[in-house]
Amino acid sequence: MLNVFQMIGAWALGILREMGSMFIFLVNTVLWMFRPPLKLGRVMRQVSFIGSKSVPLIVLTGGFTGMILGLQIYYTLQKFGAEGYLGPAVALSLIRELGPVLSALMITGRAGSAIAAEIGIMRITEQVDALESMSLSPFRYLMVPSLAASVISFPLLASIFNVVGIYGGYMVGVKLLGLSSGTYFSGIQDFVQMEDIRDGIIKSLCFGVIVMWISTYQGYFTRHGAEGVSRATTTAVVMSSTLVLVWDYFLNSLMI
Amino acid sequence: MTMIEVSDLHKSFDGQEVLTGVNFTVEKGDVFAVIGGSGQGKSVLLKHLLGLIKPTSGHVYIEGEDISALSGPALYKLRDRFGYLFQGGALFDSMSIFDNVAFPLREKTKLKPAEVKTRVDEELDKVGLTGFGHKYPAEVSGGMKKRAAFARVLVMRPEIVLFDEPTTGLDPILVDSVHRLILWGQKTYGFTAVIVSHEIPKIFDVAGRVGMLDKGVMVEVGTTGEIRNSGNPVIRRFVHGAGENLNGENSILNAAGRA
Repeated sequence: MLNVFQMIGAWALGILREMGSMFIFLVNTVLWMFRPPLKLGRVMRQVSFIGSKSVPLIVLTGGFTGMILGLQIYYTLQKFGAEGYLGPAVALSLIRELGPVLSALMITGRAGSAIAAEIGIMRITEQVDALESMSLSPFRYLMVPSLAASVISFPLLASIFNVVGIYGGYMVGVKLLGLSSGTYFSGIQDFVQMEDIRDGIIKSLCFGVIVMWISTYQGYFTRHGAEGVSRATTTAVVMSSTLVLVWDYFLNSLMI
Repeated sequence: MTMIEVSDLHKSFDGQEVLTGVNFTVEKGDVFAVIGGSGQGKSVLLKHLLGLIKPTSGHVYIEGEDISALSGPALYKLRDRFGYLFQGGALFDSMSIFDNVAFPLREKTKLKPAEVKTRVDEELDKVGLTGFGHKYPAEVSGGMKKRAAFARVLVMRPEIVLFDEPTTGLDPILVDSVHRLILWGQKTYGFTAVIVSHEIPKIFDVAGRVGMLDKGVMVEVGTTGEIRNSGNPVIRRFVHGAGENLNGENSILNAAGRA
């Protein structure tokens, strides 16, 4: 019986230790971000990897998300004779929620996993130790550029997702289902406020920090060779995705 | 003058003791070899000298300064005196050989690009890698990676160079080349060297003093002659290559039934 309590206690202490380690890691990364010189070249390289190279994926998923929303919301609104609200319904769903969340999940799968793997491989091949041996901080060279790049890229990618999604909804609602184009867009103009766009951007920024924080953390603390890299990559994706959804709920409860 | 002093160094990982009271000193300009069987903690010991690992207890002094107690800018300042050649080279995969060697110059000095190029070309020439600067680590052999990594170390003219099994995985000809490179580097730049190595007896031609690490302690430290002629059975077995089979018989020939 005592063994069961010991096991539960050890597990709980392990979780607390991990949370503390992750928090310290985030604080160190943020502190190094404000210590010059900022490696702008590396930041731009990461913006290209996390941002520009994710655009095709974001366009594809945004477009189809908008089209699905167009179909489903039209079907629902039709029951109330309110098809005219299709435009604002699609736009608000995307801008406030689906744009930031789905784009964050897509980028997690693509860039978050890659960054966790890259840093993990650097760790097991002693490249991180090589940086340390040259008195160069791995935070400055690996973590800060990724975090800075995701703070820049996530809101921009979410915005692209939203725009493409709104046009996806337009294609379905107007071209396919016969809603008037003026009704679709004027509804968006009437009902979408700056606060909605602001809330969406704040969510994207938070998700960018969460995804890169967890991905770089998992990569940095990789152990045990190839299996460790695999585990770090999987954990990075699963933990980031889960935390994005959990944090989304808390943000919504504050914003609405 | 004592450059490195290791004092009663202990290190445990998850309750398992790896180093159990290591003591030795390295004088300035010495080439000191750490020998010992696999898994005895030689690489762990080496990383303590650079402060990459913190001890569970004990101290590592670099010219009197306790590196094991330092962190942040003070630690980085002391590390500037070091170069470290990792076992696999630890070259940055995403950079060419040239950019790898240039990396510390670009990050830590104010040299102009032309000056960086001159220095890097010189170092690559010294290690026999002229013409390979544009290649990436994945495109070159293990021996070339080690030489490129050595060039990256030498380009900063360190006072102390730590070598973690610099010849592991290399053929005998390359082993000789690397040893000659180490000796040449030490004579040219006058650094203090600590070399972790399995290469018995070739390491005795490179090192001035040798320490044998066994079961987490330095069982003996002395000149190469003293270690070669040591009466300590652990050292004799290691130096003269007598193996054990799994149930502890002393001769591999006995184990094979051929004694």
